[in-house]
Amino acid sequence: MWTFFHKLASPPHFYDLAAKFIPWFGVIGAACVAYGAIAGLFYAPADYQQGDAFRIIYVHVPSAYLSMMAYMIMAVSAAIGLIWRIKLSHAVAAAAAPLGAWFTFLALMTGSIWGRPMWGTWWEWGDPRLTSELLMLFLYFGYMALRAAIDDTTKADKASAVLALVGAVNIPIIHFSVEWWSSLHQGATLVREGGPAIETGMLYPLLAMIFGFTFIFGALLLGRVRTEVLFRERRANWVRKLVLPEGDHA
Amino acid sequence: MNQPTLNMPSLSSGFLSVVRRDVLLAWKRPGDVLNPLFFFAMVSTLFPLAVGPSSEELAFSGPGVVWVAALLAALLSLNSLFMSDFEDGSLDQLILSPQPLPMTALAKALAHWLITGLPLVLVSPLVAITFQMPAQTISVMMVTLTFGTVSLSLLGSIGAALTVGLHRGTALLSLLILPLAMPILIFGARTVSLAAADDAVSAGVYFLAAYCMLTLTLAPFATAAALRISNE
Repeated sequence: MWTFFHKLASPPHFYDLAAKFIPWFGVIGAACVAYGAIAGLFYAPADYQQGDAFRIIYVHVPSAYLSMMAYMIMAVSAAIGLIWRIKLSHAVAAAAAPLGAWFTFLALMTGSIWGRPMWGTWWEWGDPRLTSELLMLFLYFGYMALRAAIDDTTKADKASAVLALVGAVNIPIIHFSVEWWSSLHQGATLVREGGPAIETGMLYPLLAMIFGFTFIFGALLLGRVRTEVLFRERRANWVRKLVLPEGDHA
Repeated sequence: MNQPTLNMPSLSSGFLSVVRRDVLLAWKRPGDVLNPLFFFAMVSTLFPLAVGPSSEELAFSGPGVVWVAALLAALLSLNSLFMSDFEDGSLDQLILSPQPLPMTALAKALAHWLITGLPLVLVSPLVAITFQMPAQTISVMMVTLTFGTVSLSLLGSIGAALTVGLHRGTALLSLLILPLAMPILIFGARTVSLAAADDAVSAGVYFLAAYCMLTLTLAPFATAAALRISNE
């Protein structure tokens, strides 16, 4: 088992392995999203209160969940990179940040569009989750800005890893404090005692969307890590062999 | 045993000498102490001029204004926390010294609070009076500001350590620290607002105290790690 991990941490091995996984992740993700979108938009019953407007949930919830998932992945791989000095996991953290920022942005956009018919405003400061999602976006911006400001890759990796970990400690506190501040958002729908408070006709497409988004995120992440690895190892022999035509490399 | 015996200062004397040195340096250059205070007073002046002079509005927005101004003033001064030490090379010596680096980081943050946070807490009643805040609010404001500025100095020291030696450090530092400092702002400003409305304030004060303890115990380690990374 350890050999598997050791091999995984080697950039050329990971580069090849990721290439095998990406199409699978892509196909599974696309299939789930296709089912979720069709079933969610056409077959799921309309909400008795919100009508058809609730259907934006099929994009909103997966993006919001991935915005936090991406931060988790970023922080955990940053910690692994910092503790065990595995360069590949720093590359994973670097690749996860922009993706996480995009999903956060998507969650904010869809939340804001959803808020327009439901609350009558594009933006509601009284809603804790909207506000903490915005702070999440700022955390991503800070992380990426710090990374961009340091020229030396090794140094940028370590410094941004410290920041990611400090952020990970703070995220629950930020969520809690914003929640204490005020609340207007509807309570948790999926994860709560006594099972989900949502009809199965609405639930299955949502779960499919969540799975699909996760797999697509996985495919995108692996693709980004591959390019990141390729760039970081640009002076290594295996990259030369890969990029230059046969016989051109000394 | 023929190991050379170094005449090492104890943990507490090392800690105190770092604090004394920083406070002394600030004393010799009073601008470092006064600039954030002037900044704090001026930002507080901006709001009445922008919002209007009606006293109900001022009393309503006062707690928020004081807290935003305090946050910005603390950020402004944080950039210089390790800057001069980095430039003249004494940061290298601090890192190389046999004193544990987290203790040194804690001492630097404490000195920063003594130089910028404490004067700000002491000056804040003046601003509060101009904002027509009731008297019982002022004590709550000073308590929350004390906990808040200590937390800000410690939290900010992480950011200052990460950005030391970088160009465009100030803007970057704000970008790193502001989202993390949001709980302090929320609880600080809300607690003062609650006090102004004669409501219970203990929850907010407890939270700020707890947050202060959290940063006191954890932030020096993150700062030390960041200093090692920035200075390698």
